Amino acid sequence: MLISTIFNKRKFTLSMILLSIALLAVVPRFLPPYVIISLITVLMYIILTLSWTMFSGSTNYISLATAALFGVGVYTSAVLSGSFPLIVIVVISGVLSFILALLVGSLTLRLKGVYFILFTFGVTALIRNVIQWWETHITLTVGRHVSSPGNDTVYTYMVIIYALTLIFIFLLQNSSYGMALQGIGENEDAAEHIGIDVTRLKVVTFALSAIFMGAAGAVMATRWRYIDPTIAFNPLLSFLPVLMAIFGGTSMLGGPILGAVIFTLLQEYLITEYPYLYMLLMGLTLVIVILYLPGGLLVLVMRLYIRLMIQWAKTRFQWQMLKTRWREEWRPKVSMELAQRRLRLQWRLGRKRR
Amino acid sequence: MIQNLLDILITGLILGGIYALIAVGLTLQYGVGRVLNVSHGEFILVGALSTYTLYVGFGISPLAAIVVITPVLFVIGYILDRMLFNYLRKTSVNADAFSGRSLLASFGLVFVLQNLMLLIWDANLKGYTYLNTSVSIFGALYGLNRLLALGVAVGVSVVFYIFIKSTRLGKAIRSAAEDPLIAQVMAVNVKQVLAICFGLGAAMAGLAGILYSMMFELQPGKGIELTIIAIVVVVFGGLGSISGSLIGGFVLGLVTSIVNFIDPSLSLVAFYLIFILLLLFKPSGILGRQIHAD
Repeated sequence: MLISTIFNKRKFTLSMILLSIALLAVVPRFLPPYVIISLITVLMYIILTLSWTMFSGSTNYISLATAALFGVGVYTSAVLSGSFPLIVIVVISGVLSFILALLVGSLTLRLKGVYFILFTFGVTALIRNVIQWWETHITLTVGRHVSSPGNDTVYTYMVIIYALTLIFIFLLQNSSYGMALQGIGENEDAAEHIGIDVTRLKVVTFALSAIFMGAAGAVMATRWRYIDPTIAFNPLLSFLPVLMAIFGGTSMLGGPILGAVIFTLLQEYLITEYPYLYMLLMGLTLVIVILYLPGGLLVLVMRLYIRLMIQWAKTRFQWQMLKTRWREEWRPKVSMELAQRRLRLQWRLGRKRR
Repeated sequence: MIQNLLDILITGLILGGIYALIAVGLTLQYGVGRVLNVSHGEFILVGALSTYTLYVGFGISPLAAIVVITPVLFVIGYILDRMLFNYLRKTSVNADAFSGRSLLASFGLVFVLQNLMLLIWDANLKGYTYLNTSVSIFGALYGLNRLLALGVAVGVSVVFYIFIKSTRLGKAIRSAAEDPLIAQVMAVNVKQVLAICFGLGAAMAGLAGILYSMMFELQPGKGIELTIIAIVVVVFGGLGSISGSLIGGFVLGLVTSIVNFIDPSLSLVAFYLIFILLLLFKPSGILGRQIHAD
């Protein structure tokens, strides 16, 4: 409660969102190209984590279908590459991901808990295997090349998708739908009782969050230039957003972003420094995060911040007390003492003079 | 034609025996402890790869390796539950939150175990031959090792079933699976029982791995496939039902051998398809209790 009353002020969030978008749009023009390339990866993870949080963060339905929804975008982009301008491909990818998510969602969102997690994982694996089987047995070619419009264009597209995702989440969370989603996460039966169409809301939100994943996938395909089913539907892309969101904390918009940024940088560092231990360390981090950071890093930071604020208030209060005591107890005493001394001195001096 | 059918049947039974063992291990971990252990397949591979090392490096036969590997894996599983999942169980708000968190934690374990295996045993395919004299059944030839594996699998399943049905610990396990709170009231040390279940599950995985290594080639990274098989069988038999997963193992073994007969590359696709259809139409499985609404 305390956290939300202090920090979820709409104006603050909105200005932070606009500030981050403006910074991302302007600053990289002055940076070397490799920074832009790593920023693209960071943005990809931010978009995936944010759109994962859009649905799973508030409803507590853990979806492992991110790789499938992202992969659909990647594949659409690869198949259509060259025959349409990029903007059209991105839109088509978003729409296809939306349709897939709508299908998966309407089939599965009746399932609860572990069943939903397993189903989404299974769907991703099924799609990957079917496409792989199709390519090895029917078309007899595995993998495709994608023409790239250059890193700057890719970066611009990613920033635009990032901005759209953020603004969409912001609007969603501040609408009655966001409240309803929160209600589903807290207690689904109660939410149903007060007249929320639970299933429809869940399916639609799940499908809407997929649009951004699909669009990001379509852009990333042009960044990677070569793709095959194992790259496009990499199961790691299902787990990393979950890990990043939980690590950062899903209760605030900044949490997933923070988690994504920290983890992507950590990943880049680990891959270059310890390529063999990389996955092992990621696994260990996942276990440790699940064990000791259930609320996320941002909540931890906020808790520390609040403790600091309380400490600060205490200190100020004590300082005030000290000042009052000085004014009301010590200063009168001291001034009395001084006055007495002065009087005594004057009296002594006066007597001497006489 | 009849020859083919018989072939499919016996191959299916052999596969089914292994599947049943794998699934019983997971049932113990999920049905009783509520930990959907996705790293189950990695435990199977740990068992299989250590059997390989023991056989090729030290000349210890796989049957003797059972005595070494299963207790070690039992202890590892026991410690893992006491250290990791018990802590999660203590700190989660409700059962749903616990199953989600433990699932993610075991996904973490998958990555850890997989890469530890890659560091210890490299990424190459490994296999060894053991008892590969062939035996003829109704005119078709089968490796003795496969029949041995089937025998061990069936034997262990029967022994385990009797253990669960009639011993004191078996009763404690069943009561903890039914209702942990009431079991605790009835003086069952639930924490201990859950840890033992997890350990037994890991030991079963090791045993299945030993049998698996006798017939198939091994490679770190195959674990997730085995996990999927285990999960499909467990869901098929009904979550938490031990007899269900024994029956489900044999049924799905037969299905796999039929699909393999048609087109081996489709077997994974078929598995995922069965899994998804199952979740859609009968998530409670063939022998499972009806899933409660809560």
